[in-house]
Amino acid sequence: MGKISVLVGFVLLLFGNHLWARTITVCNTCEVKTIKEGVAVAADYDTLLIKKGTYREFNIQVNKPLTIIGENYPVIDGEDQGEIFTIVSNNVTIDGLYIINVGTSYTSDYAAIRVVKSENFLIQNMVLEKLFFGIYLEKCKNGEVYNNKVIGDAVDEYNSGNGIQLWYSQNIVVKNNIVQHVRDGIYLEFSDNITIENNISSDNLRYGLHFMFSNDDIYKNNTFENNGAGVAVMFSKRIKMLGNTFKKNWGAASFGLLLKEINDAEITGNSFEENTIGISIEGSNRINYSKNNFIKNGWAIKVRGACYTNTFIHNNFMYNSFDLAYNSNLNDNIFEENYWSNYTGYDLDRNGTGDIPYRPVKLFSYIVNRTPETIILLRSLFMDIIDFSEKVSPVFTPDELVDAKPLMKKIK
Amino acid sequence: MIKILKYSFYDLMRSRWSYVYFLFYLLLGFVLLFLNNELSKAVITLMNVIIVLVPLIGTIFGVMYYYNSKEFTELLLAQPIKRSSIFLGQYFGVAGSLTMSLVLGLGIPFALYGLFESNAIWDFSLLLITGAFLTLIFTAVAFNIALSNENRIKGFGYAVLAWLFLAVIYDGLFLMSLIVFEEYPLDSFSLVATMFNPIDLSRTLILLKLDISALLGYTGAIFKQFFGTNLGLVISICTLLLWTIIPVWRLGYVAKRKDF
Amino acid sequence: MIHVESLHKKFGKNEVLSGLELDIHQGGIFAILGPNGSGKTTLIKTILGMVIPNKGTISVMDSLVKNKWKYRQDINYLPQIANFPGNLKVRELIEMIKDIRQKPSEEQKLISLFGLEPFLDKKLSNLSGGTKQKVNIVLTFMFDSPLIILDEPTNGLDPLALIRLKELIAEEKARGKTFLITSHIMQFVEEVSDEVVYLLEGEIYFKGSIAELKIKTGQTNFEHAIAAISTHNKHD
Repeated sequence: MGKISVLVGFVLLLFGNHLWARTITVCNTCEVKTIKEGVAVAADYDTLLIKKGTYREFNIQVNKPLTIIGENYPVIDGEDQGEIFTIVSNNVTIDGLYIINVGTSYTSDYAAIRVVKSENFLIQNMVLEKLFFGIYLEKCKNGEVYNNKVIGDAVDEYNSGNGIQLWYSQNIVVKNNIVQHVRDGIYLEFSDNITIENNISSDNLRYGLHFMFSNDDIYKNNTFENNGAGVAVMFSKRIKMLGNTFKKNWGAASFGLLLKEINDAEITGNSFEENTIGISIEGSNRINYSKNNFIKNGWAIKVRGACYTNTFIHNNFMYNSFDLAYNSNLNDNIFEENYWSNYTGYDLDRNGTGDIPYRPVKLFSYIVNRTPETIILLRSLFMDIIDFSEKVSPVFTPDELVDAKPLMKKIK
Repeated sequence: MIKILKYSFYDLMRSRWSYVYFLFYLLLGFVLLFLNNELSKAVITLMNVIIVLVPLIGTIFGVMYYYNSKEFTELLLAQPIKRSSIFLGQYFGVAGSLTMSLVLGLGIPFALYGLFESNAIWDFSLLLITGAFLTLIFTAVAFNIALSNENRIKGFGYAVLAWLFLAVIYDGLFLMSLIVFEEYPLDSFSLVATMFNPIDLSRTLILLKLDISALLGYTGAIFKQFFGTNLGLVISICTLLLWTIIPVWRLGYVAKRKDF
Repeated sequence: MIHVESLHKKFGKNEVLSGLELDIHQGGIFAILGPNGSGKTTLIKTILGMVIPNKGTISVMDSLVKNKWKYRQDINYLPQIANFPGNLKVRELIEMIKDIRQKPSEEQKLISLFGLEPFLDKKLSNLSGGTKQKVNIVLTFMFDSPLIILDEPTNGLDPLALIRLKELIAEEKARGKTFLITSHIMQFVEEVSDEVVYLLEGEIYFKGSIAELKIKTGQTNFEHAIAAISTHNKHD
């Protein structure tokens, strides 16, 4: 009984706090003129309502559960002095602020909003501009990052930061954000069980999305366009990549998706369009590729290093300059029932798959690999002739690398 | 010159061969669209056809027309007409009717198939422009060859040889030299070598549209500048123009000095 | 009318004209004769500007012909081999030449003179050699030009057409035209020409009237006189 009353008392106290939560208004003419001051006077679970105006503040430490809401996007101008918000408490919500001029430093990673070792936070509807790092989640759990707009002005990789960075964090949802002109749009390191959904990451210097040593994550329905390279997934396990669009990632070392030392991943329903390389694969095993569209890429898939037991089923390969290139052995990888727009075979028995196998590796892709300048002879009659003769009697390309059942119609 | 052009053009318009050529393209267009069911893919296949077949047809047709209209030419030479007008008029008559067959023959099926609502229209227009250039260039080359060879068989042989060289052999030699000298920086060499062959040049022009993603995979700075900016497009088109103007100019020059 | 000065022409190594000099005054019919390969056609073609001489000058009606083309407006030329674009109909060919020359023409009279009405809508490739030659003659005579050059005009003509042609020539001559004619038919030459120009090895071997030629060779027959100068030369 005593235990219960203590518990009830505790709950009441908790609720009471909520029930009695105040709203503190911050504005230039209010009693509370700065956010810092607001945080200082607020009690736990209070709301800070920031009115429209410009607040020249930085190093705002949020050390209690608070809801900080901006009205009509008040401007928080850091004047390049340092970090703006540092959240070190659980249950913090930040909503609707316009943060500008985050300090740039070579020694510490200043962020517009940094969350440190906290849980149950919500960062939404923020606009971040002229920043170093955008939203930096450090050893956090169970948080949500929604509907934010992060627009950097990065020019060089060495002095620019990432848009949204997760470091040693878990169970975070990053959804509906727009990230542009930073180094990596979204960066994950040692972060597990993360969901990244419906974001648009474009025009970033390095990667649209970058995974390092992160497992069991899922990213879906995002768009990665015109980044230094689309998405790099490195040294991670069990990543699900569903329904994303990788577009126009152009350049000598550019790709839509890079897989490096990745195991047991699932890549389904993505669209790779007009990238120099659709997917670049290095040392990755047991990956299922299905229902992806590879459209108008330079190379749909380029494989370096050994890769085992990957399956490519029901993908569309359309109008790529090269469908597949690799420079070592492809071991027991399966290509089956894909649609290849370059396939010239026929289907006499009308079962929907071509009667002669399709060879996705062309001799010319070998030649280009060896002497890159020969790319200029792409689609020349001479190349078509030697590719054809190679197709008829393979000498350089592996005999067993075929799609034995190429589809006659593309997969919808 | 306009009069001669008009007569050559009419003469060709009533000859069976223009229709064969026109119907060939018409059929090709429909078959491609029927088989591929999609504009973008048809455009790619068409590109292969255009850079190989258009020069061949231009060459053969040019040589054939020149030899067949020899009587016409001799009749005109005794008339009060400038010599260069006679030859240029005939040349533009042939090249014009060939270009028209190409544009209409391919344009009609693609237009019926909904080209104007498709975003393949730019690729397709580029193809037709390139095709027109190739027709102009190879007809001019053919006229030059025919003008320098009285013997029909010889002239025909040289013309086909010229086509074979530019369409296939040149690229073979090109590839070989790239592989042999692969330790050296080759990007300016390969761009220059492309400029010296109108077929390669046209191909590059089309690659700029269809395969830009692959072309940008190469690291060379000159390549990057050429393919990554509008420079490539401008230079290619200017060089194609030069390729058209020089044989046409030579045609006029030689014709002025020749005995008939 | 025509003035040719030290005309040289080589086809490869073969020297066809070597320093030919010729003066043809206005009015009258000049027959250019000579053995095969003596340069008759080449001479005519240089005057027309179809063959370009290596050396020497030609002027027609007091203007140099080199690189010019407008003077051909004043010349009617009947080519030796009537090669026409086969695709055209006779009517279209006549219309085309009229269109090119832009001069008043009297083709109707000539068409009925040679009985060509039934052929007007036939393609040239379907005509016989003689009919083609008649078309050729119509094309040549339908314009009113001061200089008329005929290269083997009698080729393939039937006797009636030949008579018509001779009448035509006489008629035009009466109108003060100048004629240059080559022919192998000596009887025709003797009948129509006022003066003979005999070409041999690229030079003028004889120029004068038929009577003078007969006197020079001591022959009474024109044909024999021509044969005589050829053989006479060979024995030189």
